[in-house]
Amino acid sequence: MISIQSLSKKFDKIRALDRVTFTVNEGELFGVIGPDGAGKSTLFRIVLSLLLPDEGTVSIWGLDPVRDYRAIRKIVGYMPGKFSLYEDLTVEENLRFFASVFETSIEENYYLIKDIYQQIEPFRKRPAGKLSGGMKQKLALSCALIHKPRLLVLDEPTTGVDAVSRSEFWSILQKLKGFGITIIVATPYMDEASLCDRVALIQKGRILDVATPSEIVAGFKDKLFGVSGGNMHHLLLACRQFGGTATVFPFGEELHLTFNGGGDSSEELEKYLKTKGVEEVFIRPVSPDIEDRFMALMSRHQE
Amino acid sequence: MRILFYLLQKEFLQIVRNKTILRLIFILPVVQLLVLVNAATLDMKNLQISIVDHDHSSLSNRLVSELNASPFFEIQEVCDNVSQGKVLIEDGSSDLLIVIADGFEKSAFEGETGYLQLLANAVNSQQAQLGFAYLQQVAQQLLGNFSTEISGFTRDPAVSVASSYWYNPELNYKFFMVPGILVVLVSVVGMFLTSMNLVREKEMGTIEQINVTPVRKSTFIVAKLLPFLFIGLFELALGLMIGRFIYNVPMEGSLWLVFGVATLYLTGLLGLGLLLSSFSSSQQQVTFVSYFFLLVFILMSGIFTSVDNMPEWGQRINLINPLFYFIDVMRSILLKGAGFFDLWKPVLGISLLAVTLVTLSVLNYRKTS
Repeated sequence: MISIQSLSKKFDKIRALDRVTFTVNEGELFGVIGPDGAGKSTLFRIVLSLLLPDEGTVSIWGLDPVRDYRAIRKIVGYMPGKFSLYEDLTVEENLRFFASVFETSIEENYYLIKDIYQQIEPFRKRPAGKLSGGMKQKLALSCALIHKPRLLVLDEPTTGVDAVSRSEFWSILQKLKGFGITIIVATPYMDEASLCDRVALIQKGRILDVATPSEIVAGFKDKLFGVSGGNMHHLLLACRQFGGTATVFPFGEELHLTFNGGGDSSEELEKYLKTKGVEEVFIRPVSPDIEDRFMALMSRHQE
Repeated sequence: MRILFYLLQKEFLQIVRNKTILRLIFILPVVQLLVLVNAATLDMKNLQISIVDHDHSSLSNRLVSELNASPFFEIQEVCDNVSQGKVLIEDGSSDLLIVIADGFEKSAFEGETGYLQLLANAVNSQQAQLGFAYLQQVAQQLLGNFSTEISGFTRDPAVSVASSYWYNPELNYKFFMVPGILVVLVSVVGMFLTSMNLVREKEMGTIEQINVTPVRKSTFIVAKLLPFLFIGLFELALGLMIGRFIYNVPMEGSLWLVFGVATLYLTGLLGLGLLLSSFSSSQQQVTFVSYFFLLVFILMSGIFTSVDNMPEWGQRINLINPLFYFIDVMRSILLKGAGFFDLWKPVLGISLLAVTLVTLSVLNYRKTS
């Protein structure tokens, strides 16, 4: 079990982490969801013993990254957000190298990476720098797994990867869970949150909520409406000027909004918008997802 | 130990992969030794001189032909007057102008002082000084011979100066340059390649990945430095072979001692490379900073100029200049056959620098990452 207690870290005057507290259970696929600059990477670097916290403690099955960093480095696998394998070494040489520094061999743990590695094996003589984005990602995951870590930490593994590779990647993660590996994954994509067992929503170094994806969505109690029509920007400004709205956010091709008190004032809004020159207004009730909950929590914290 | 082996394997694999660097490792010593040793000569030959002869005597004619026979001078023109000669200096076609005064032969007959005037283009002051010295030598010899001829006996001077040049009797400038160029070569390889290699890991982000493995920092550093120590020593061996077979440079002293001190020296220099790399975040930065240090070290080391002529403060700076010590050691061993006990001072200097630099770099490396 990984337990993080009141973790704080400052860089100059910026609070990168502010009393972050949560636990990750054994064998869980745990998501850390938040926009760029929310503090995800800083959190990971502390957990991985690459950075010292200002305050707070981390315990990874009883090991403290500050004190027991040597033991921790044996049991964690890390895939940084930026591709950081040796580009001048071949696919196979990279994998062999990372296996050997953990004093193991590719053969010993091949079963773990078999599904992933088989896809890049035809290119095993190619320098890692010459791989495509999706293949680089698979190689990086293979290298992070080759010593059979107990905890796998993935920092934005799907950023900059095409949609097909992304969904493929998530199904690989589901499979890895089957080998008993605990996985912590950071992502800025809200749609990936629903694929995790539990998620922590993080914003400006603070944890907004920790729960299962369905619990998080269930936390959204207000009635939610999707509004579309006319110029998007114009519509957004008009809806915010309308006194009765609590939150208004762009969401895909429409706006998601709630009314004061969580009720339904859609008729008044429609009338108001017509006076503002928005002729074709279309308002419909929608069911919230994690992003809506995230936006709601975020605006509440900012107030 | 096994991890060190794997890391070294990876380092050598990367060095071999980098074809440009690999080629440079082989080409650099050959080019430096073949080109620089010949080009960077301080020998003064074929100074262009012009002569104004106001005396028109047989003695002044003899002086002109003696000067012409000297390998140092090449007579360009014999002018009628000084202003004509000055024009030649001003337009750069002559380096020196020699004016033989009227009555030069007469005063020599009477045992009085004769006059020669030397006008030199002293933009290159070294050339002007050497020209003066050479002229003095030629004129004195001529006058000495002349007085013997007219008096019929050799005038025995109270003091006679006999020079002999030790350790390099033929004053072969190349013997002096080869050890110096070798040191520069070893230093360039040691410092640049190490610092750039380390910063590359930072630039690529691979250091992050290494840091989350159980590889110890000390093992990692040793694995980074050892390959370049080997390459540095390899370059030295290659360079010594070129020196031996092409320039016939004497190797009076023990080659074991050469390589022993070189190992010590390279350790210090690699430490410096490591130190510089821990302050830099890109290869561009570290190249620039290494270049700065290396240039200062090279120019102050005494490779081209005599350290004894430097101002006091410059000589003091040289106390922390590893190149200064190592060039001294190399020349002493190769040309003089100096042994360990003759060299304890520079070797101590190198050792102290090596220990300091390695300690500083390891401490700093820990702190910054």
